Parts: sequence; C-alpha cells; structure tokens
Amino acid sequence: MAGKSIADKVRETQVWKSIFRHGPPTNARNRAAVIAGNVFLHLHPIKLKKSGVQLGYTWCMGGLTFFIFLALTVTGVLLMFYYRPTAEYAFHDIIALKEHVPLGIMREIHRWGAHAMVITVWLHMFRVFMTGSYKPPREFNWGIGVILLVLTLLLSFTGYLLPWDQLAIWAITVGSNMAKATPFLGHGGPGASLAQIGDFVMVSDKNDVRFQLLAGRFVGEPALLRFYILHCIFIPLVVGVLIAIHFWRVRKDGGISAPL
Amino acid sequence: MSDEKRQLNRREFFSYFTMGWIAFGAASAGLLSLVFRFLYPNVNFEPEMEFIAGQPIDYDNGVDERWKKKYGVWMVKQEGKLVALSNICTHLGCIPNWLPAELKFKCPCHGSGYYMNGVNFEGPAPRPLERYKVALNPEGKIVVDKTKIFREEKGQWSNPSSFIEV
Repeated sequence: MAGKSIADKVRETQVWKSIFRHGPPTNARNRAAVIAGNVFLHLHPIKLKKSGVQLGYTWCMGGLTFFIFLALTVTGVLLMFYYRPTAEYAFHDIIALKEHVPLGIMREIHRWGAHAMVITVWLHMFRVFMTGSYKPPREFNWGIGVILLVLTLLLSFTGYLLPWDQLAIWAITVGSNMAKATPFLGHGGPGASLAQIGDFVMVSDKNDVRFQLLAGRFVGEPALLRFYILHCIFIPLVVGVLIAIHFWRVRKDGGISAPL
Repeated sequence: MSDEKRQLNRREFFSYFTMGWIAFGAASAGLLSLVFRFLYPNVNFEPEMEFIAGQPIDYDNGVDERWKKKYGVWMVKQEGKLVALSNICTHLGCIPNWLPAELKFKCPCHGSGYYMNGVNFEGPAPRPLERYKVALNPEGKIVVDKTKIFREEKGQWSNPSSFIEV
C-alpha cells in the first residue's frame, strides 16, 4: 500500500487504537467523536456558533479567568516545593523564593496572577450582566458564577496570610474579625447574646466560627496552617468542581454568548 | 396456594429501601459531625484568659505595660482607680501603642486615638477600649479575668467589678 501516510500507519497501531477509540477525523461522525471521546476536550462544545468565537463580543474574560486559574495552579504547586507553612520558616521561605531560587519570578507570577484573576472575574461578570446573559435559561450558571466569585476572593484572602509578614498577619486579623459578626455563630454577631443562659455563654470567642477558622482566638501558627490547607487544597478542589459544572452548563445553555 | 410463605412485595421492598437510606443518612451525618468536632482542638497554647497581675501596690499612677505582650492588657491607675484595659482597637481589632509623651493610645493601622482612660477621641474607632474584670483574691493579689468585658457605651464602667479602688 504505497498511498498510506505515516499518520495513517500510526493510527493503525494497537497503541493508538487503545488510546483513541474513533477512526481518523475524516467524516462528520469521527470529527465529533474526536471531541466527545477526549477527556481533555469533552467540556469543549462539539459545534461552535460563529458568534461564540468573535473576540469583540465576549472579550474572552471567562476564558482568560480559567487560563489564569490554570497558571496559578501550576505556579502554586511549584511554590509548594519551597514553602513551609510554619511560623519559623514561612517568611524566610518567601524571601528565599525571590533570592535563592532560580526563576524567583514564579512567586510574582502567582501573586500578580491572583490580582489579575480577581479583575478578570469582575470583567467577565460585567460582560455577562451587560449582555443579559444571566437571564433564563442561564440563571443557574449565574448562581454558580457568583459562588465562584466568592471562592476566588476567598482564595486571595487565604493566600494573603501565607507570606507571614506584618501586613499579612494584621490584614487577616482584621478580615477574620468579620467572622465575629456572623449571626448566631460569631460571638459578636446578632443572636449570640440570645444564646446565653444565666452566666453560661454558649457562643464565646472560644467556640465560635472565628475560632474554628483560626484554631484559636488570635492569628497564630495554627491559623497559618489552616489557611495554607484551605488555600492549596480545599478551596481549589471546590472551585475545580464548580468550574466543570459552569463550563458544562455553558454548553448546555446554548454555547458561549450566543443569542438564544 | 402456599400463602404461608410470605413474599416481599413492592411496597415492602421500598419501605426497607427507605429505612436503608435513613440509616445511611444518619451514619453520614454522624461522620460529618465528627469532622466538625475535629476542627475544634481540645487544647490550644494561647495565654490564659485569667491571670494574676501582682498587687495594687506594684503600680504607679499612669499606664503599666508589663502585661501587654503576653496577655494584651494595660493596667491603668488614675484617680484612685486601677483598671485592666484591653489592647484591642475597637475599630478593626489591631493593637494600638501607648505614647507616653502624648499621653494617648494610638493605633498604627488607621490612626485611632484613645485617652489614658480608654475613651476614643480621634480616628475611626467607634467606641472606647474595653475593660476586663479585675478583683482581689484572698491573698490581696489582682486577678484579671478577660472573659468578662465591661463597655463604657453600655454604662458598664461604673460596675464595681470593672475596677479596684486604690
């Protein structure tokens, strides 16, 4: 068979067939199967409307946000090789990341990427609002998006403590004091004074939500470790799941920015 | 007909099914409550909320800073009263400094200022510093109890537990 290209020969090997179950994308069915059968592409719509890829219409802010989220994940994992979340080491490890480590700019990419992601999330929501894309049937996805906004801000907030300098400690002290005012669950909030029987105080600074967040009454080493775990594991996992739902719903609700 | 041998009909099957789900849900809720409890340590290594701050004779008139670093308390003696003043700014919870030359507490974060007695007079602080309960134990030593708070704006500074007469 002289007419066979190398690409065709590779596609006929058992290794290739064990990975890709569809044939070469030479007909409409296989072109669809290339997308639908690939785990990295399956959130990508099989068919795109022309209006969905016009740059001027969507500004790409949702896509940029996701790109920055991926960049933050990669640089964040790299930073974890050098950073130790203890009061003894945290501050010096941040200095070392800049001065002792090749490509110390990695930490700056992570930091400025965080700022950029907050901005692109806002601009993404601004575009969605101004184009009316939050309206039915997309109102559920708007709700998911609002939760993602809050989680983005929480990722920034929990990351702020990790350099363990004066700015970080006092900013988290101020920020976590807001948890005091949680209704019924914070000892300074409305309802906390109702949960008092005689001299026995049920919601105090030793058992309210702020205590649970900080593992103490002040920002100290236990708070640093808690914020590190929230920042690196807990919140990113939740964000990842919600992003998957978000993208899936974009596809189900008529694609990116297309008029319905 | 073998009526003696009862068969599981559809209705019974689903009632068992429901029981199974309820049991599963209860077990899951129990495990989640364990996770919740896990996040509250039995012991933490922060300073005690109650401590002994020497005797009234140890203090001169003015602000004493010896307990600030460990317990976050200024002992302030003036006009025949000794009080334990909280060092937490009522604006956002930072730690002000005592400026002896200007006779005021000043928060470095947003500039809240307080007189020596704890009353706010400048900056964004919305209310005076809080005072903690002070009492003399049988040996004549001062016991400061930080779990009891007295606020000026609630008229609690006249409470006899909020100061020691000297």
